[in-house]
Amino acid sequence: MATVDDLKFQEFDDAANLLAANPDATTISIDEPVEISKNQHGRLQEPGREEDDELLGTDDSDKTELLAGQKKSAPFWTFEYYQTFFDVDTYQVLDRIKGSVFPVPGKNFVRLYIRSNPDLYGPFWICATLVFTIAVSGNLSNFFIHLGKPTYHYVPEFRKVSIAATTIYAYAWLVPLALWGFLMWRNSKVMNIVSYSFLEIVCVYGYSLFIYIPTAILWIIPQKVVRWVLVMFSLCLSGSVLVMTFWPAVRDDNRRIALATVGTIVLLHALLAVGCLAYFFDAPELDFPAPIIPAHNGTTLITKS
Amino acid sequence: FAGLADVSISEDMPVEGEITVPVGSRSPDEDYSTLDEPVRDTIMRDLKAVGKKFVHVMYPKKSSALLRDWDLWGPLVLCVSLALMLQGGSADSKDDGGPQFAEVFVIIWFGAVVITLNSKLLGGTISFFQSLCVLGYCVLPLTVAMLVCRLVLLAGSGTVSFVIRLIVVVAMFGWSTLASTAFLADSQPPNRKALVVYPIFLFYFVISWMILTFTPQ
Repeated sequence: MATVDDLKFQEFDDAANLLAANPDATTISIDEPVEISKNQHGRLQEPGREEDDELLGTDDSDKTELLAGQKKSAPFWTFEYYQTFFDVDTYQVLDRIKGSVFPVPGKNFVRLYIRSNPDLYGPFWICATLVFTIAVSGNLSNFFIHLGKPTYHYVPEFRKVSIAATTIYAYAWLVPLALWGFLMWRNSKVMNIVSYSFLEIVCVYGYSLFIYIPTAILWIIPQKVVRWVLVMFSLCLSGSVLVMTFWPAVRDDNRRIALATVGTIVLLHALLAVGCLAYFFDAPELDFPAPIIPAHNGTTLITKS
Repeated sequence: FAGLADVSISEDMPVEGEITVPVGSRSPDEDYSTLDEPVRDTIMRDLKAVGKKFVHVMYPKKSSALLRDWDLWGPLVLCVSLALMLQGGSADSKDDGGPQFAEVFVIIWFGAVVITLNSKLLGGTISFFQSLCVLGYCVLPLTVAMLVCRLVLLAGSGTVSFVIRLIVVVAMFGWSTLASTAFLADSQPPNRKALVVYPIFLFYFVISWMILTFTPQ
């Protein structure tokens, strides 16, 4: 029978003091999951890899995972499920586009901009715009190149739109699918800290194609040098965004496989640019200014090349 | 109920009376029964509705008539006439010509469906067919532009005609985009308006491009 004193409310001491008084007592600690993981990551990190935090995105990845789990809960046959992929505002889309064009060294595009909210609006409409931009610019460029010739009859070349559409949409969807499958396979062999979902990869690829839109418009200029400089420039910009995104995902793997993966990503990106340039834009004619050749008797002779 | 305990009706007594259903006013269905009217009235009513919507497109004011009573007759007529007028373009090699009839049709309808889906996915409150109706009707200025272009091309196809065609097509493209935006913008969430307007801009730009690059054989 408990005494009256036992039934009175007692202030409990701090857990540390109680434990000091009774070291063998069983204890249960209930901590917030975020804090636990933060402590764990803190212990696992070596001091030299602090600057990689931003690339890895480990500090709040758990929090964002929780948030992501709460969002996409509608079953896939309802309309609301697909609405979660379009849950972006205008300023967010513009920010993501800006992030794909101006890569900040050391910042990961996915972590900085996507933050577990991958959208399908950007990839879809950037690809659509790119398809029509390439077709229209190619048509215009060919028109200006062949303008003076008497035998040239302008054709709208509408077939090329469907070819452009197939190529660009295949690139924007099949390459991320292959890359995602490859990364999943490597994940099962080597424990990578960073892994991306399929939609995040599609997002990165879609937004990285944005730089080709102004490039395609500038390709109307019929100078070979200008076109190749543009190719190099846009490839560097968007290629660096892709490299900085995917390097942390393969870094912990075998060195050669990591380099091969990143190299393939850049190579495919370059192939797309060069292929579009070669197929949709005719080569500009060599158009040197008329050289002046001094003839023997002092008069100048002007020849057209 | 104690007072009613004594009431009883013997089974032999017939109960008679009248049962009438009080009819207040005429039932509302009778006003809309169109089964008995002459066929001419039915057709004229639909034609008038289509014509009224054409007028609304040409002078876009914020009225809800276009949205409320949607129909797809107008878009169909516009799409078919535009696709027909885009035929007969230069097609010396079968690969390099202008768009075929089916291509124009598919671009207009598939494009309108994609834009409607896009605006609904972004959280718009407009219904599917209302949006298709608005996008289809706003092709009217571009159809007018196509007509003008063909007439100008009959006169000649030099630089002057190109400049005229360019001005007309650009003006009609602006008109189409502004008209459809005026009707559709209100139903979108406020911080996503640009995301919804841009695909409409792209859609009418592609149609304008097809019209501008039409060259006769």
